[in-house]
Amino acid sequence: MILDSLLPAAASTYAGDIDRLFDVITVLVMIPFTIACFLFFSFILKFKAKDGVKALYITGTEHRYMKWIHRAHFPILTFDLIIVVMAINVWYDVKQDLPEMESEVRVIAQQWAWTFVHPGADNTMGTADDITKVNELHVSTGTLYHYKLEALDVLHNFSVPVFRLKQDAIPGRVITGWFEPTVTGEYDIQCAEICGIGHGLMPARIHISSPEAYSAWVERESAAALARAMGESKSIELAGN
Amino acid sequence: MAESIPVEENGHHAGDHRDHGHHEMSFSEKYIFPLDHKMIAMQYMFTGMFMALIGGFFAYAFRMQLAFPGIEVPGWGVVSPADYNSLVTNHGTIMIFWVAMPVLIAAFGNYLIPLMIGADDMVFPKINRLSYQVFLLSAIVILSAFFVEGGAFGGAWTAYPPLSTKAEYSLTGLGSTLWITAVFLEFVAFLLGGINFITTCMNSRAPGMKMWDIPMVVWMIVIASILFMLSVGPLLAGGIMMLFDQNLGTAFFDPDKGGDPILWQHLFWFFGHPEVYVVLLPAVGIVADVMTTFSRKKLFGYKTVLYTAIGTGVLSFTVWAHHQFIAGIDPRMANVFTVTTLLISVPIAEMMFVYIATLYGGSITLTTPMLWALAFIFEFLIGGITGIFLGASGNDIYMHDTYFVLAHFHYTFYPIAIIGTYAGFTYWFPKMFGRMMNDTLGKLHFWLTIIPFNGIFLPLFVLGAAGQHRRIYDYQNFPELALPWMQDMRQFATVMLLIMLGAQVLFFYNVITSWMSGEKAPKNPWKANSLEWTADSPPPHGNWPEGLPNCYRGPYEYSHPDREEDYWPQNEPA
Repeated sequence: MILDSLLPAAASTYAGDIDRLFDVITVLVMIPFTIACFLFFSFILKFKAKDGVKALYITGTEHRYMKWIHRAHFPILTFDLIIVVMAINVWYDVKQDLPEMESEVRVIAQQWAWTFVHPGADNTMGTADDITKVNELHVSTGTLYHYKLEALDVLHNFSVPVFRLKQDAIPGRVITGWFEPTVTGEYDIQCAEICGIGHGLMPARIHISSPEAYSAWVERESAAALARAMGESKSIELAGN
Repeated sequence: MAESIPVEENGHHAGDHRDHGHHEMSFSEKYIFPLDHKMIAMQYMFTGMFMALIGGFFAYAFRMQLAFPGIEVPGWGVVSPADYNSLVTNHGTIMIFWVAMPVLIAAFGNYLIPLMIGADDMVFPKINRLSYQVFLLSAIVILSAFFVEGGAFGGAWTAYPPLSTKAEYSLTGLGSTLWITAVFLEFVAFLLGGINFITTCMNSRAPGMKMWDIPMVVWMIVIASILFMLSVGPLLAGGIMMLFDQNLGTAFFDPDKGGDPILWQHLFWFFGHPEVYVVLLPAVGIVADVMTTFSRKKLFGYKTVLYTAIGTGVLSFTVWAHHQFIAGIDPRMANVFTVTTLLISVPIAEMMFVYIATLYGGSITLTTPMLWALAFIFEFLIGGITGIFLGASGNDIYMHDTYFVLAHFHYTFYPIAIIGTYAGFTYWFPKMFGRMMNDTLGKLHFWLTIIPFNGIFLPLFVLGAAGQHRRIYDYQNFPELALPWMQDMRQFATVMLLIMLGAQVLFFYNVITSWMSGEKAPKNPWKANSLEWTADSPPPHGNWPEGLPNCYRGPYEYSHPDREEDYWPQNEPA
């Protein structure tokens, strides 16, 4: 609702959950904030110094005054509880629980480019028909992907705002996460962790296609990758001879 | 203490300072190498303000680049990507470590603690002097990085390795080493200062001053010093590890050789989060003193404020990993840290309620210091509630490292560091300099600072929610962040920044003209209760040459029903 008006699209299965969480938090925090502001400004206006009127002597230790402060904790704790439960729920779905994958991509970050490795027509990673692209990630709607995130030099962050997805890439580790695109289109991928001088020059694009268009793309690119791989192995053989 | 100092009947150390009064001090004894806590406070205050000008200038340069990409920024030139990184890095580092800390803790702590508890000086004046000298050295070291080959460090104020430890990644070798050395030295300075604050407050209180008679600002600085001491150890260790990694070939943080880059993040944030409360608490204390004086009210629940401060302090040690939700740590940790982070809202909310309740039934005068104190509460409320968005792990997945984060912490740090400082500085100005400040200029400065401040950072919440990331020097490279409305907002924020920076000229003008030719200040111009207002304005070396004051009651006895006057100084017998 609130976030929707600002962002171009919500393009993953969990983007809507994060947006809803944002909305709930906004509503819940605005309630105490509005009350606090109302009291604050009305006290300032109402209790402006007047000639001959002395201020009240309230120590703030008497129960009849302190109860106002203590009672305010109940709604705040209740709001906290609602936010904690919702936040952890969303967190669990996005980051903790890893659903069964239908396809995978390797995401490799380095100063200052992204390399994306897609499985070829065989939908298996690590074979000769894998499709490697720089600064272009191609995915299809309705497919649940696992991403395997790596960094070659410093920390980077794989951020896809339309998915509401963000994950640091750590040199020396492979971090696995997931997403499932829901809307076709072409959107930004950004590096969201400072990674040196070229940090601001590290944009990539995600191309989300329909399953049919994606299959056609994979077939075309896969064949090209295979031909390249064959060519390379041939030339190695020739060089060996 | 090693030296033997005659101790007066009431338990105060005499001698050292009173003796100074007998011989004429040379210029350097008085102003360059002083032992007097007030002069050391002034050194911290003006060094901090000087560094604020530099930090502000950096903000001006990189915001101009954001608003008008590629232009030649007057006073800097074209901001290159390398410049941009070192500007944002040093803006952050300087504003927190060389402005907020020296001004709020060291300057106000040094100035106020002895005066407010009725002592003639700090317990260890020479350690106090050393503390400032080490601090000055650290300031010189951090600024010197701009003049070495490769330039100043540009790996963000959080300095995550391996970017910060390997010159081949950051392209700044010596600059990175100078940065971490400066931070290290600065912490040593504050450890030295903190020893004085805690010891002096515990040992040198005026006769009759019980623990619950200590003014809130003194309490808060003491609690902040304790928090600092408990949290700084891991980061000092991390600093040494970083220096070794940078220069001696160790691999504490280098994954290629078996180190772990995330180790630094734990060490950094274990310090970094309590640090927020280290600078917050003194500001909260200043606001308590200013608000009670100008509303002629007793602080609503003195002990409540103290307990909430201690509560937030303790909780602040349990939340560090909320900075690392998406850093690649075990995802289950996020659940624990979401709970602890949101729990902090309880004591902080209580603190804010207490302050608002203090206004109830008051007799409020909107002087310049009071305006600043009230603005602190309002702006800090915004900072506080926006923290909830980021503490909630599920939402942080999206918000992390966006401008929403940036706007949130500027809404907490700005009230703390800038608004809190102005509240305190304008309130104690008559005591510090013996002159009254020009109130009209003061109010003009207030409005020209506070309105543009909101003009800068409210749009950044919107940009952050729309997905704009931090530390990117040119958004034209990202089609979805280069939309015209977004660029308009960046320009609006930058214009607001220019107005706000311009308004600070007014402040310095007011300080200088009031100092030179302002109306002479009486001992107690605000009719306030605490002990510093019983000393001359400005107080001489030794504070009370005629003898230290006695204390008979707490500092907030305003509008007592048994009294004709609406104030009741702490030193006035019943």
